[in-house]
Amino acid sequence: MNQQEGYADDVVKGFITWSMVWGLVAVLVGVLVSLQLAWPQLNLPPYLTYGRLRPIHTNAGIFGWGIGSFMAFFFYITQRLTRTPLWSPGLARFQLYLFNVVIALAAVTLALGMNRSKEYAELEWPVALLVVVLWVIFAVNIIMTIVKRKEEQMYISLWYILATLVGVAVLYLVNNAGIPVSLTKSYSAYAGANDANVQWWYGHNAVAMVLTTPPLAIFYYFLPKSTGVPIYSHRMGVIAFWSLIFMYLWTGAHHLLWTPVPDWVQTLAMAFSIMLIAPSWGAVFNGYFSMNGQWHQMRENYLVKFLIFGITFYGLQTLQGPSQAVRTFSAFIHYTDWVPGHVHMGTLGWVSLVLFAAIYYTVPRLYNTEIYSVKLVNLHFWLAVIGQLIFSITMWIAGVQQATMLHATNPDGSLHYSFMETLIELYPYWHGRALGGIIYLASMVIFLYNIIKTANGGRLASAPERA
Amino acid sequence: MLEKKPIILLLLATAVILVGTIVTMVAPFKWINDPKLQLAGVKPYTPLQLEGRDIYIREGCNNCHTQTVRPLLADVERYGEYSKVGEFVHDQPFLWGSRRTGPDLARIGGKYPNAWHYRHMEDPQSMVPRSNMPKYAFLKKQLDSRLTEKKMKALGFPYTHADLAALQGKTEMDAMVAYMQKLGNDIPWRKASQVTVTGDMKNPYQDDKTVIQEGKALYDKECAQCHGADLKGGVGPALADIDKPDAEVFKSIYAGIESGGMPAYGESLGKDRVWKLTTFIKYHQGK
Ligand code: HEC
Ligand code: HEC
Ligand code: HEM
Ligand code: HEM
Repeated sequence: MNQQEGYADDVVKGFITWSMVWGLVAVLVGVLVSLQLAWPQLNLPPYLTYGRLRPIHTNAGIFGWGIGSFMAFFFYITQRLTRTPLWSPGLARFQLYLFNVVIALAAVTLALGMNRSKEYAELEWPVALLVVVLWVIFAVNIIMTIVKRKEEQMYISLWYILATLVGVAVLYLVNNAGIPVSLTKSYSAYAGANDANVQWWYGHNAVAMVLTTPPLAIFYYFLPKSTGVPIYSHRMGVIAFWSLIFMYLWTGAHHLLWTPVPDWVQTLAMAFSIMLIAPSWGAVFNGYFSMNGQWHQMRENYLVKFLIFGITFYGLQTLQGPSQAVRTFSAFIHYTDWVPGHVHMGTLGWVSLVLFAAIYYTVPRLYNTEIYSVKLVNLHFWLAVIGQLIFSITMWIAGVQQATMLHATNPDGSLHYSFMETLIELYPYWHGRALGGIIYLASMVIFLYNIIKTANGGRLASAPERA
Repeated sequence: MLEKKPIILLLLATAVILVGTIVTMVAPFKWINDPKLQLAGVKPYTPLQLEGRDIYIREGCNNCHTQTVRPLLADVERYGEYSKVGEFVHDQPFLWGSRRTGPDLARIGGKYPNAWHYRHMEDPQSMVPRSNMPKYAFLKKQLDSRLTEKKMKALGFPYTHADLAALQGKTEMDAMVAYMQKLGNDIPWRKASQVTVTGDMKNPYQDDKTVIQEGKALYDKECAQCHGADLKGGVGPALADIDKPDAEVFKSIYAGIESGGMPAYGESLGKDRVWKLTTFIKYHQGK
């Protein structure tokens, strides 16, 4: 059926496969760094120390697993919503090669210590330049497909896709500006507090343009596809869209509360973070209201279960985030384990659950077959949710406990605990987090097994027909 | 209407994104670069310090350590004077970090003697048994200084050829320690906050054996790394045979001995616990 439309779906399969590979790498390295914090003997200097592995973990997670699968689904969704084959399948195939080369190069160069140190913009300039090429060819391909579309109306998912394409481009170019001194070393073009402010304008909007708008595009497309009923309100989606992309850009300095960046920038960031609750929950309500009369599907349809749990974690994430942006609360939990707790509810709960749903939906269709085992899908679901909750909850408790200890004073005003006294108390939580991570890793392995079996089953089933 | 016009939608989205960008990212350059915020004493990095900083970046120390002290009681008492905009003008990139798995390092310069850093970098657990900082013994290798001059030029930092020649024979560890000792020391905050000990200088626990246990526990945690588990010395002098009056021992611990590399413990431990430590040390005298 797909072939008849002439859709370029081989490249979608390719991106799905490779994003799953990098997703597994991200989770494996995540488990390794979580173990290193608990047992420092597991550091293997010089290449495999925590300081070098943590950026590999975040890059594999955000760029390998996140961006990789967004590329797959942007291609998939755009072709179907425009009823138009991809503008250039050849360019897309080249993009797949380049994508894998870039992610592999990223992992190797980071292990070698070639690192710009700015979070989520660590890659040294030659690799960053390849990222730019990758993004440009991706954007051109999608935009041209949309321009040449057969379906006149653009569904809300396409709006989010377009915003992602420009947003990431602007952010990446500005924050990566640098002064190269050799092929493997460069300095940031900005200094001190300026550099910090540019970095977190970028950093928080990487959350917006990579961990929010693409999964929302995917959510808005696959929820109606999975339930069989349309999205509750297109209008609400449109209003939420414009206010979301307007407000996000003001909030970067909530990562810099109480630092030397100007106070008014921090205050604006705090105010806009709180306002962001509205457009964020616009999407959540749109999801929930689309389920009116359909809640029984939560039991019967595993795709819906992934999507609705995903949007629920998004809803929690966008309440927790604004609270962290309030100065008084930030004074308390900033720099502690609380923040990794927040981060992983977003990445493991929201982003990954939505991606799992999209993969479960598309793979059987792309390979013209049925899912190999629904039992395993459900097992995957529960292990992933439990693993993620163990991770986040242990970290929230750890963060609050350490914050309380760090701020405790004696009657004479001196501090009650030394730094090390607060750190020692974290070990049990770090053990708990590692356990949560291992459970999540197990869920990933089950997921991959199920998908491989499904794809192989499809190939076998269709083989005789072709002959 | 926009539902049908992708290019207009794209341009409009770009414009919407740029509003917040201009106000909160572009405009602050003017505020941050205000000449009134410059601090006279803040010096660029020397070639050795810059190489140390680059190794700090290469090893990703910023994944565990922040470099900015917030104007909050818990930060200021634990780490020192809060950070000022003007102190970071030479930092390309900034290294404030986002996670304090380890303590803040913005004011680490001058906190410890060099010898402490060498031992700690090589094997943190030998100084702080339950630390989870990785061992960096591998930094004891020849420093590669081929790019140093180019780096200094790229950043516009002043240097002399003698500075560059002095890099010969230095190790990466030397560079790292030089960088650590520079951090936070451009403003004279240690002298400014030098605690003066006032009030009654009489030991409330004189010969009180019940506090020895607590004193020992404190000593093992805070002091043994430098003065040795048996008080026989190490980075710091032996304390076992100290024969100074209680008040003087108290003062050394409470206010520190800045010139000699003895940290001040008054702010973090408080008077009461410092007297207990004094009692413990004096109790050991001659044993
Ligand atoms: C896994 C996290 C981690 C990494 C990576 C790490 N550290 Fe640490 N560091 C710690 C912890 C925890 C402490 C507190 C316990 C101790 O003193 O070892 C610490 C303490 C320190 C101290 C003493 C601070 C004080 O005030 O007592 C210095 C200096 C230091 N680290 C420098 C570095 C440098 C330089 C690097 C990179 C080469 C580095 N650290 C990498 C976790 C880390
Ligand atoms: C970073 C290493 C270090 C740590 C940790 C440290 N000291 Fe010291 N201490 C020194 C050095 C070095 C000196 C010598 C200073 C000088 O006289 O120039 C010293 C001197 C002293 C003196 C004065 C000795 C004399 O002969 O007058 C006393 C008392 C003392 N330390 C007690 C303590 C106590 C108690 C602790 C724990 C709360 C402690 N020190 C922690 C390094 C350290
Ligand atoms: C179950 C698997 C995972 C485990 C065990 C894990 C573990 C960790 C650990 C230990 C850290 C460092 C926390 C700290 O600094 O104290 C971290 C950071 C991070 N991880 Fe993961 N991770 C996992 C999966 C993922 C995935 C799939 C993604 C992305 C899609 C991701 C994104 C991140 C990000 C962005 C950070 C940086 C957070 C910050 O700066 O505060 N992680 N992870
Ligand atoms: C309304 C929405 C949100 C707001 C206002 C918000 C706010 C915040 C704040 C204030 C921090 C800094 C915490 C600290 O260091 O003290 C933070 C960190 C973070 N958030 Fe959110 N958040 C939101 C949604 C999300 C979503 C949906 C994700 C998706 C995964 C996410 C991912 C992250 C990440 C990765 C970090 C860590 C950055 C770092 O320190 O390296 N956030 N968020």
